[in-house]
Amino acid sequence: MLGFLRRPLFRLVPDDTRIQFMRGRIVGLVVSAVLSTASVVLAIYPGLEKGIDFKGGIVMEARTPGPADLGQLRGVVSGLGLGDVGMQEFGDASTVLIRLPVQGEEAATQQAVSRVRGALETAAPGTRILRTEAVGNRVSDELFQGGLIALAISLGAMLIYIWFRFEWQFAVGAIVTLILDTTKVVGFLAVTRLEFNLTTIAAILTIIGFSANDKVVVYDRMRENLRKFKTMPLRELIDRSINETLNRTLGTSMTLFLSALPLALFGGETLAGFAWVMLFGIVVSASSSIFIAAPILLFLGENRLRRGTEAVAKPVPPRPAARAAGSVAGPQA
Amino acid sequence: MLYFARWKVAAILGVIALGLILCVPNIIPRSVLPAWAARQISLGLDLRGGSYLLLEVDMNAVVRERVESLADAARTKLRAANIGYLNLAGDPNNRRLSLRVRDPAQAEAAAVQLRELANPVPVRGSATNTEPDIVVTTAPDGTVTATLSDAALVARGSGAVEQSLEIVRRRIDETGVSEALIARQGQNRILVQLPGVEDPNRIKDLLGRTARMTFHLLDENANPAAGAPPPGVQFLQGEERGGQAPSRYAVRRRVEVDGANLSDARAGQDSRNGEWVVNFTFDSVGTRRFAEVTRQNVGRPFAIVLDDKVITAPVIREPITGGRGQISGSFNARSANDVAVLLRAGALPAPLTVVEERTVGPELGADAIRAGVISLAVGALFVFLYMGFAYGLLGWFANIALLVNIMLMMAALSLLQATLTLPGIAGIVLTLGTALDANILINERIREETRAGRTPIQALEAGFTKASGTIMDSNLTNLIAMACLFAFGSGPVKGFAVTVAIGTVVQMWTATTLVRLIVSWWYRATRPRVLPV
Repeated sequence: MLGFLRRPLFRLVPDDTRIQFMRGRIVGLVVSAVLSTASVVLAIYPGLEKGIDFKGGIVMEARTPGPADLGQLRGVVSGLGLGDVGMQEFGDASTVLIRLPVQGEEAATQQAVSRVRGALETAAPGTRILRTEAVGNRVSDELFQGGLIALAISLGAMLIYIWFRFEWQFAVGAIVTLILDTTKVVGFLAVTRLEFNLTTIAAILTIIGFSANDKVVVYDRMRENLRKFKTMPLRELIDRSINETLNRTLGTSMTLFLSALPLALFGGETLAGFAWVMLFGIVVSASSSIFIAAPILLFLGENRLRRGTEAVAKPVPPRPAARAAGSVAGPQA
Repeated sequence: MLYFARWKVAAILGVIALGLILCVPNIIPRSVLPAWAARQISLGLDLRGGSYLLLEVDMNAVVRERVESLADAARTKLRAANIGYLNLAGDPNNRRLSLRVRDPAQAEAAAVQLRELANPVPVRGSATNTEPDIVVTTAPDGTVTATLSDAALVARGSGAVEQSLEIVRRRIDETGVSEALIARQGQNRILVQLPGVEDPNRIKDLLGRTARMTFHLLDENANPAAGAPPPGVQFLQGEERGGQAPSRYAVRRRVEVDGANLSDARAGQDSRNGEWVVNFTFDSVGTRRFAEVTRQNVGRPFAIVLDDKVITAPVIREPITGGRGQISGSFNARSANDVAVLLRAGALPAPLTVVEERTVGPELGADAIRAGVISLAVGALFVFLYMGFAYGLLGWFANIALLVNIMLMMAALSLLQATLTLPGIAGIVLTLGTALDANILINERIREETRAGRTPIQALEAGFTKASGTIMDSNLTNLIAMACLFAFGSGPVKGFAVTVAIGTVVQMWTATTLVRLIVSWWYRATRPRVLPV
């Protein structure tokens, strides 16, 4: 009865797919460059919504006995003179989220927490504080720096690792792609106004790891094909490699996407932001393996990756000069 | 490749059985387990509720304290050596003390006196060598400066943090919070985790006070209303009482008896008027010193100073030799008890500031666990169905391996006694997605080899062999990223890095070895002529 389950029920792409991805390489790179530039611009202005981890301040989640009167509570907390008060409903009508900016000195931030606590308890008796987070300036600066260092080091480590395992062209192609991926994720944060905090850094690092993983698999196949088909033009070879690994690239992205989706839907407020960043990153990294990493490799490796084999093993007729020049100029038939 | 030696099969099954056994303690309450078996995954504060505090030791205060004590000691020394001086002042901001001798010829003699005040501190990078903690220099005009060295700063700071750690631990023990975790973090910070504490205000209050109690004599000739105190005297505020403005006292700087010489302190009620008081007992040194001081100063007032505030300033009526005393101030039951706790636990060497607080109530923690479990269940369902439908039998085998993978992850986390945080749960859920990567690589490879005309056994062998290099290469990138996150992240995010890294390592094993074993059983049992790929 379950016999039908023995065989695969579907394929994401048919086996003999021969899409000439490299034809679209210029379009792909240009679109990617534009999106990444726009992302960087958006990250500078209007800028990222830095979370409490990175800019310091106070976040308190409180549950009132009945539906919360946001206006009244806002008035009470504003009356304390602690700077801009952010107050919003959080999850349901009786739960409020209160945000306060960092209060100069470390100790003042702590006093502010107890004052807000006291004010809420008098304004709405029976209010319970579900969560308090108070981060001082020194700590938030350190966390921010740590986050950026982690990003930078992970990119550097990937560069060295891929360089070590492959040729330098692969390493440069992968890192440029990873940087383009990361900037797009940052742009996603700027557009959606999702919070930029430590959890987001974790999501970005996971995407970097996953994206690099994807590039390595595709590159691995290219390397294998470089050995197998000694005379095939690089461009054809790259297309062939991408097509061969297409099912795997999409399949792995799909399983990761399917596992991150429930986190976005049911993971609660804290994990949802993380999960949406992940979902966006998965889509970006799957497409960048095809449209970004491979074209960069084609540009960098056009005449180099083949040189050794051509000179030693079997000399092939030199490619028409137009092809080498054309790779920069635009797509050709 | 599809042949497994018997011992290998036994080893693989053994690992799985061991994993199951390691998971067992997690479903048994901790109290029932003997200590050696109690290797459980503990829940992070964000899941079980509790309070996380990061305290910073005020290094400036440490320096100030040392510079001020140097200044006091220098005065005594120079006077004893009959060296006249001017402008003796500590400059804590520049970590130094400077003075000018009246007769420049005596500068060297003054320097010698100052050098005697140095304390030895260990030389950095050496276990046995020590160097003096101050560097004394002289200038031709008779200026003598003593500067605290860098090594001294490191040693003092380190000492202060270590000492604070101990005091913090004692104070928290006194409050009865169970399972508190107190650890040093970095150069000058102390991390405190208080599971189950919903409102950390009382503890923050207790930790925020230095609680240095000292006994001083009052200077009866000085006028507390004057602008600047005479040398060796400081003006201190008294406690506020019943709305009256606190009075000022002229307290001699010299510490007659230090609170460090207390052996016990308890809150109690005065039998005469029912006021709350703190009764204390000196240790033998303190008893002797206190007896001496009170014998010599009958009829004079003395002050009990707590954190630069005069708590009480009674007149000594008779020598107190029993080593017992009582502080009465404007206490209520709680504040008397707090002061007693602080005095028992001892004084902090420097003030502590809370630089980060994260408190989560138990309700939110329970919500988070529920959300995590739902996400894990739904994610597993999605991924299982996808894998089974897309890859058929080999996909279902991979799903079995995935279940084992999750079980082994739990086992590894229990073995490490790791702390499971909310991001950690997210890491487990994501591992569902990444764990199947290796199987997808293998299955795609098997399919390619089959299409290239290989026999089933050849295709299977080629699939597992050729894919393994790629699996290794590609998974290392995940490990690199997680190592960076673990090294530079903090708190719950580290839990994420740990679970993802463990998941990645475990899946490399389950996807290749375990699935291969299942496939080899299946192949030998059915001898298929075509693979269902």
